[in-house]
Amino acid sequence: MDGWVHNRDQMRNSAAASTLSATPDGAVSLDQVAVEARARLFSSRSVKRGSKLFACNLIITCTDLTTLEGSDTRGRVEVLCAKAMRPVPDDATIPAVAAVCVYPSQAATARRCLQGSPVVVASVATGFPSGQVPAEVKIAEAGEAARFAEEIDMVMDRGAFLEGRHLKVQQEIAGVKEAIGDRHLKVILETGELGGLDQVRRASWLAMEAGADFIKTSTGKIQPAATLPVAVVMLEAIRDFAWATGREIGFKPAGGIRSAKQAVAYLVAVNEILGDRWLRPQRFRIGASSLLNDVLMQIYKERRGGYQSPQDFSEA
Amino acid sequence: MATSPPKTSARPKSLDLLPDAPVPAEGEAGVEFPNRLFEYEPAKESTEHVRLEDRYGLFIGGRFVNPHSKAHHPTINPATEEQLALVAEADASDVDRAVEAASRAFLQWSRLSGGQRARFLFRLARLLQERSRELAVVESLDGGKPIRESRDFDVPAAAQHLFYHAGWADKLGFAFAAGPGRALGVIGQVIPWNFPLLMLAWKVAPALATGNTVVLKPAETTPLTALLFADICRQAELPPGVVNIVTGGPEVGAALVRHPGLAKVAFTGSTAVGKEIQRALAGSGKRLSLELGGKAAHVIFEDSPIDQAVEGVVNGIFFNQGHVCCAGSRLLVQESIAEPFLRRLRLRVSRLRVGDPLDKNTDIGAINSRAQLDRIEALVQAGVGEGAHLYQPGCELPDRGFWFPPSIFTGVAPAHRIAREEIFGPVLAVMTFRTPKEAVERANNTRYGLSAGVWTSKGSRILWMSQRLRAGVVWANTYNQFDPASPFGGYRESGFGREGGVQGLAEYLEFS
Repeated sequence: MDGWVHNRDQMRNSAAASTLSATPDGAVSLDQVAVEARARLFSSRSVKRGSKLFACNLIITCTDLTTLEGSDTRGRVEVLCAKAMRPVPDDATIPAVAAVCVYPSQAATARRCLQGSPVVVASVATGFPSGQVPAEVKIAEAGEAARFAEEIDMVMDRGAFLEGRHLKVQQEIAGVKEAIGDRHLKVILETGELGGLDQVRRASWLAMEAGADFIKTSTGKIQPAATLPVAVVMLEAIRDFAWATGREIGFKPAGGIRSAKQAVAYLVAVNEILGDRWLRPQRFRIGASSLLNDVLMQIYKERRGGYQSPQDFSEA
Repeated sequence: MATSPPKTSARPKSLDLLPDAPVPAEGEAGVEFPNRLFEYEPAKESTEHVRLEDRYGLFIGGRFVNPHSKAHHPTINPATEEQLALVAEADASDVDRAVEAASRAFLQWSRLSGGQRARFLFRLARLLQERSRELAVVESLDGGKPIRESRDFDVPAAAQHLFYHAGWADKLGFAFAAGPGRALGVIGQVIPWNFPLLMLAWKVAPALATGNTVVLKPAETTPLTALLFADICRQAELPPGVVNIVTGGPEVGAALVRHPGLAKVAFTGSTAVGKEIQRALAGSGKRLSLELGGKAAHVIFEDSPIDQAVEGVVNGIFFNQGHVCCAGSRLLVQESIAEPFLRRLRLRVSRLRVGDPLDKNTDIGAINSRAQLDRIEALVQAGVGEGAHLYQPGCELPDRGFWFPPSIFTGVAPAHRIAREEIFGPVLAVMTFRTPKEAVERANNTRYGLSAGVWTSKGSRILWMSQRLRAGVVWANTYNQFDPASPFGGYRESGFGREGGVQGLAEYLEFS
């Protein structure tokens, strides 16, 4: 029943587009050295003063504030939700984040805490982070999570992907999409396990074709997590997919993004590859657990001309 | 088995309630993926650490001296047209003095051991690194190139060249089968305005490593980093006369290359001047190496990594405003992917930031001079006149200074002037091909032969192409990569002689 999709033509036949043309799809080959050079350009952009404030505010608005630990408790999630809604309790000019991202078992708690706020609940699902659970369990878990979460962050089946069973990967994504109804679906590719940029491109395309609303780099549990070269490849895949289908897919780097400077580099990449339409939480998210306070420090530094002590910001 | 989402009043919030960024304006007609929301504020490199003299003399015999004519000409910042400094106007008698100083110095310098010469070269390299910020800023001020390039490419590459040749100075006995070779004598070197400091390093480093002394003439519009290098020679306590620098216009260069006291002339610049020099030197017994113009083909096959190839094409033609002799100015793209390739190329070019060379975010700086701008404009006019289709992104150019937007011509025929003549500006001529054989024919259909680029995923095709492309350098799946160990130079009207590597060293030695 699983399709074995090996080459370009077969891939194309499995997709909606069936005419054979040289238009780039999921099967283009990439040059790692040149991708890395392009990524360096993004991280070398100098974003200062007003543009830095704009970037930092946007980053907060696009943050999925995340806790994904075995030790997560209701108390921990409550603290996180409070931080998500008002990152600085006595400063209303600091916007709320986009979402709080938790395990399915904490989704109900998050939902209760965030009631009445613009912050939505995102829940991981499908056997996060490894995805090594039976397909029915994945569907059931996603459906359960969708009772409380507006957004589902599912993990792609890397095992099937690396076996070349691309159709299975797509069927599973489509199955989850069906199970969660109108909830937004983010598909985590776990790029650090795919083995190269060609595979990142291919996985991005498979996920978008199968119904992902967002493609997301990583679970944060595997190294390397998000990297700029991977972001470049995924953003270019999103651009090509938009050209091919008219559908705008979102991008979410996650894992290892701790400093505002790193986050700004991703924003620069989004800005220069995709532009204005992606500079909003409907199309761009950053998954992070410890990024927010550095972004706040940078905002106050720009506003007041000096750094504040990390103790001035609450944990979460 | 799947639990369907609840349809109760506990229904989750709609995504539309998400905190929203300002709603982006729809793009202007024809502009894909507009990006105007997130603008980068000017991030100007500081000039506080740079002290320029009001007036510079000639560097002869280890010190700055007044020119015989007492005349000076201004050197300006092409981004603002403001004067930066006055630079001495040398005449034939100054050239005499410089060659004489170099001849005297040659007696000592050529007898130093390789190890001793190496110490001086290492010292020059380190001082150049120490003063790299200053040199980068001055290079951008005087020549108009983006600070990102002068900081990350020109100055580090110049230092690298000095280090590399410092390493050779005491190992010449191992470099050639014919033995260590002998130094030639005084070398006359004339360099262009596109990479002033780097071309100086390319010329001076191998000459000094092999025991020669030099008289160097920097370009009229970009003399300042050469004069700072003169100061570095003083700082390094290089023996007087080993490096001499004479500034001025074309007549100074003409007087220098014709000087009977030279053993060799090394010239980098236009093909027209190169031919003139070759005529003037005929029968003089002087050695000559010429690195001249180019009209490089950049060949994109349908199986190439398309976005990286776009990046390579952008780097190939817009690096240093296209003022690059090896610029990939003729794009040959396989017809089957021409349309998607050009769509991506146009989008990428629309993102290039043209403006203040000192802004760290600038991708394309100022055109080097009024004269060069006039030449670019004339050739672009010719391209439009001949019926090619011109694309330029709608970028705002500053009021003052010399500017030209990145430009792409499609519908170019091989017979068009823009497909044959070196424009030396940010102007790309796009043509298509059907088969590898046709790609080779089109690529080689030029008077020049300096460089070429090939993009394909097929390793065998890279080798097949590079065996057939008549060019001194063939880059595969990259462009504009330089290394001091790799010889650089051309075929046909791109000149002869090589710079870099042992081949470059051999140009400065005789073995008989």
